[in-house]
Amino acid sequence: MKVVKLPKSKVEEFLSSLQDFGEVIIPKEKTEHPGVYYFDVMENPSEMAWEYLRTIIPPKKYLHKPREVIFKFHKEQGYQEVIEDKETKRILFGLHPCDIHGIKILDVVFNRDYMDPYYYARRKNTVIIGLSCLPDEKCFCKSMNTDYVEDGFDLFLSDIGEDFLVAVGTSLGDDLVAERAHLFSEVEEEDRRKYLAFRKKRNESFRLELDISDLPYILDLEQKSPIWDELGKRCLTCGSCSMVCPTCYCFNVYDTLNLDAKSGQRIKQWDACLFKDYALVAGGHNFRENRAERVKNRYYHKQFRMVEQYGKPSCVGCGRCIDACPAGIDVVEVLTKVREGSYVTH
Amino acid sequence: MLLTNPSQTVCKSYDLGSNPYKPELARIISIDPMVEDNYLFRFRFEDPDLNNSFQYRPGQFMELSVIGVGEAPISISSTPTRRGVIEMCIRRVGRVTNALYRLKPNDLIGLRGPFGNGFPVEEMKGHSLLIVAGGLGMVPLRSILLYALDNRQDYDRIILLYGTRYPDHLLFRSELEAMMYRSDVECHLIVEKPALSPDTPEWRGKFGLVTDLFDDVKDLDVKRSYALVVGPPIFYRFVLTKCLDMGFSKDHILMSLERRMECGIGKCGHCEIGSKKVCTDGPVFTYWDVINLPEMI
Repeated sequence: MKVVKLPKSKVEEFLSSLQDFGEVIIPKEKTEHPGVYYFDVMENPSEMAWEYLRTIIPPKKYLHKPREVIFKFHKEQGYQEVIEDKETKRILFGLHPCDIHGIKILDVVFNRDYMDPYYYARRKNTVIIGLSCLPDEKCFCKSMNTDYVEDGFDLFLSDIGEDFLVAVGTSLGDDLVAERAHLFSEVEEEDRRKYLAFRKKRNESFRLELDISDLPYILDLEQKSPIWDELGKRCLTCGSCSMVCPTCYCFNVYDTLNLDAKSGQRIKQWDACLFKDYALVAGGHNFRENRAERVKNRYYHKQFRMVEQYGKPSCVGCGRCIDACPAGIDVVEVLTKVREGSYVTH
Repeated sequence: MLLTNPSQTVCKSYDLGSNPYKPELARIISIDPMVEDNYLFRFRFEDPDLNNSFQYRPGQFMELSVIGVGEAPISISSTPTRRGVIEMCIRRVGRVTNALYRLKPNDLIGLRGPFGNGFPVEEMKGHSLLIVAGGLGMVPLRSILLYALDNRQDYDRIILLYGTRYPDHLLFRSELEAMMYRSDVECHLIVEKPALSPDTPEWRGKFGLVTDLFDDVKDLDVKRSYALVVGPPIFYRFVLTKCLDMGFSKDHILMSLERRMECGIGKCGHCEIGSKKVCTDGPVFTYWDVINLPEMI
């Protein structure tokens, strides 16, 4: 992989110049809530929160939209495709490795077997520029093997003090560098040492750990474990964990009718498997009526079903669900208890 | 950079670039009120080229849109061997199907599909088919029954065991009663109780449960047979035991499951159970799949 160097003194110039390509999305800090971050369109490179921690909503919102019109319909003319942001060129800047891994999983879900034209149209117009980070007490990406990325980005910036090392992942990333060659310089021996020191420091900073070895098998053995009922009692099934999850992709499709009662829109909107009507079918039968079944399903989907279907779990260890849960449910704690069989029964 | 290249993956009946979410306009040709709240609808695509080229496998389903109301997954009851018309036996049960029942012949609806795996018609060649239906289970099984009869030379014995509670609920009754006089199919029908409505033709056949019909199946070589079983949950409990008692191996017992298939293409998540997606891995599963998935039935 090609690696170049970008001095921090030139990084804002680099960010501004990216606007020539298209819309630049960066993490920003909420002025009214310090320490709370969100992805938004960059207006000025000074808005960039370089030291940000996880954002409220992951960058999936630009690829798999929270709510989008997918068709316009008319009683006589049928369905007309609408793809929102089809022509928008976009750069997702400053993505941490966990979020890049999240997008890699969404890529597989939305493009395997059948291609989802809505996701695909936006995905192929999206450039991903990653940024290295240091973990806090809720990060467990190291346990999920998502703490580094070898692919899935166009450029990846690693902080080595005075400079960024920039890994070039794709031909498009190479073009972005080549067009701004005056900003970049060659990597020197000292930079390599600085990078290795940064890696060491980062690896040693993880405070949260989850053993995922053999987890699908353990989960299969614990299908009837009382922990699922315990969780069912605690979980409010609000769906916050799904909304903030970088790999949750479930959605609903529904129609809204215009006032002429002849035309309308078909809408695709995020859904969560924790919602009561998630597995409800016509006629009133609900395949997952009680909360415990729905909470359990979420854990089994992430850690069991995805491993069977795609070869790896769909949790990237970003810690957003731990942050978001109003009932204080912690995925690491739950899975550790399942492994140890150390849940309390009342 | 995309990790998966869609052009390298199987886009099943859809070409790269076409939109699997897009319903195509279809016209209602006829509505046949077969039994109460279970009408047989016949559809034809508005686009004549699509209507002529449209192919599917028995056991597959489609997403039916009532324009302005929404979409619902519906099994196909017709056979691909009889081109030009798609038949669906649709129960009035939810929002979309209630709206469909308000439509009339010549009205337009949207159809997309076919989706799902369908019955393994190639693998089953040379085998006998024991088709066991309970209640509405006849809906997807009629497709494979007619398909096998239209390709009669490909299959050994074709046996149908079908039961409902009342004769009033027997789907495709006249068609199936006519089959009882054919020599190339063994058709056994049974009901639990006499007709509810005086308008229903009198029942002169057997009374009992569909499991009673297994006694009529003589000398079946189960190693060279498939059992195709579709019905309500209680029906599975007894029929599956019967099939196992007969000596069927678990992967020769096929069943079709229903779930909330919203997108039909394995994306929306609603129909996932265990490690399977009913819409793309199913709706036809072997009994072996089912016993390994705790939530299956």
